[in-house]
Amino acid sequence: MKSTPEGGSAATIPPVTTDDGMRFDLSVIADWVEPGSRVLDLGCGEGDLLSYLQQEKNICGTGIEMVEAKVLSCIEKGLSVLQGDITSEVEDFATATFDYVILSQTLQQVYAPAQLLHTLLTIGRRVVVSFPNFTHWRNRWQLGWQGRAPLSKQLPFEWYNTPNIRIIAITDFRQFVNKMGWRIVKETAINTDHHDQHGNVVRLLPNLRATYGIFMLATKEQGEQE
Amino acid sequence: MSEYVSRDVDDVSIGIVEKKFYTFAEAPAAPLVLESGAELGPVTVAYETYGQLSPRRDNAVLVLHALTGDCHAAGYYSKADPKPGWWENMVGPGKGIDTDRYFVICSSILGSCGGTTGPGSTSPVTGKPYALDFPVVTVGDMVEVQHRLLKHLGIDRLLAVVGGSLGGMQALEWSLRYPAQVDGVIALATTMRHSALAIAFNEVSRQAIMADPNWKHGNYYGGPKPATGLAVARMIGHVTYLSDEALRRKFGRRLQGKEDFSFEFDIDFQVESYLRHQGSKFVERFDANSFLYVTKASDYFDLGRRDDATSAVEAFAPARSRFLVVSFTSDWLYPTYQSRELVRALKKNRADVSFCEIKADSGHDAFLITNRRLSALVGNFLASTRDGTRLPAAPPEEEEDEVDS
Repeated sequence: MKSTPEGGSAATIPPVTTDDGMRFDLSVIADWVEPGSRVLDLGCGEGDLLSYLQQEKNICGTGIEMVEAKVLSCIEKGLSVLQGDITSEVEDFATATFDYVILSQTLQQVYAPAQLLHTLLTIGRRVVVSFPNFTHWRNRWQLGWQGRAPLSKQLPFEWYNTPNIRIIAITDFRQFVNKMGWRIVKETAINTDHHDQHGNVVRLLPNLRATYGIFMLATKEQGEQE
Repeated sequence: MSEYVSRDVDDVSIGIVEKKFYTFAEAPAAPLVLESGAELGPVTVAYETYGQLSPRRDNAVLVLHALTGDCHAAGYYSKADPKPGWWENMVGPGKGIDTDRYFVICSSILGSCGGTTGPGSTSPVTGKPYALDFPVVTVGDMVEVQHRLLKHLGIDRLLAVVGGSLGGMQALEWSLRYPAQVDGVIALATTMRHSALAIAFNEVSRQAIMADPNWKHGNYYGGPKPATGLAVARMIGHVTYLSDEALRRKFGRRLQGKEDFSFEFDIDFQVESYLRHQGSKFVERFDANSFLYVTKASDYFDLGRRDDATSAVEAFAPARSRFLVVSFTSDWLYPTYQSRELVRALKKNRADVSFCEIKADSGHDAFLITNRRLSALVGNFLASTRDGTRLPAAPPEEEEDEVDS
């Protein structure tokens, strides 16, 4: 099965769980989800995050996944899942179908991010986005001093095989959200270890020190309702 | 459907089963009123059941057969019976539809020839077979008859309705006609409405039957059957259930029992021999008039026009079940785009829906063929429906979020 950049594939996104537990960025996201809510996970893989949320927070979860074998795994876990490409699948949901729409570590691969996020904010009350922070100091070091395109655990690709077509910095993303007229409900920056399973929240100089940015977005209208 | 019927690959079976009958609308004053407005009675339903109904009556699964199937979904009629039911690979102990866990019901559809009332049944008015006096029936009428049967069996709630092709249409009809009584819907290789292509193939098939001089406007009972017409109809249909890939893999251009062309109009190619064989086998087990009625019902089916709906999205508004929609990559009769249209209509209605496109090269009939991925998918969906791991869809609730950025 062909995998598009938007769909994400096994090679481009680190596994959600390892022997040590859930990927650190996902455990942060899981903390943000209110019990009993309806959650859409884009590029849900084998459904580990949704399955965790279903067991721990009694949520009602739907995933979108491209790969048939992963779709079958989701069904095995009792999840609802739609096989398809995320950019086209998200178009068909009714307004405010979900409480949360989760887009983890995929935004940097999306061709039309503004359009996608706009759709997600229509079908969900909250959109949770995580992405690798391109301006982490190690990347700056490689670019500035070594004169090389950055290579790291978070950005493990060479220029000729990277699926990442967007270079996102935490500062730039914040500005983008403002420009689009959306609202940042929550935001955190994390620094993860080599395997991405452990990490800590970065409060000081996140744009320099964080490996990932995680944002919860809403529209201004959603904000006014509260 | 009988082309694929064979012993289970693991030789597991429900064992000996029995075909039963239920007759209703016997009193002339209380006929079954059909969607067309026509009245029919008495109506006999042929059915089989497998497994045990739980004391809470909450484990019933209704299996819905396709165009030329019948109520004999699984098991054997006797120890000497060479062939099991048509979905032996899916229905049985430990299988996708696990008869150790579920009470499985399958009945022959109205208008067909599997023991349920159809054009070959005796008319109470004339004492002769109905033939074309039998009213044209719809998928909705088929479901109505199934509903009456379940009422008779004391089942007022179904854990799931499961069907492929025309069976999938019945499953979808169930979800809209009796939304509160169906927890789960499994719709395999199906569509909300026939494309012009599908109607076209059905019409060619019907014309083949009606052009047979033995057909005699349907009044052939007691005389020679329109066997040639029905066989050709089956050959046409059968091709639409296969795929380019499957035909290449099975036959290619190989010749049948010869080294060179015969330069006559006898059988040259293996695929010709295969189709003729399928055609003649089909004539032994199926009634030509029934073929006309069931293909017509499938052509009429259109969820986008159900009741007063103006679109499929509108039609699915009453749906309350959770859905599993499955298409197959090589199905060109009801291609994946048609399943996606169905999924789209469900999503627009906030229905709980899963969709999977299974990679298979055997065409439309892929749902009938032993496939462990499909069996696992069906089994897991039934299990999670039963376990009720899902919350019912609720309207959005407003809640406070704190900004901690």
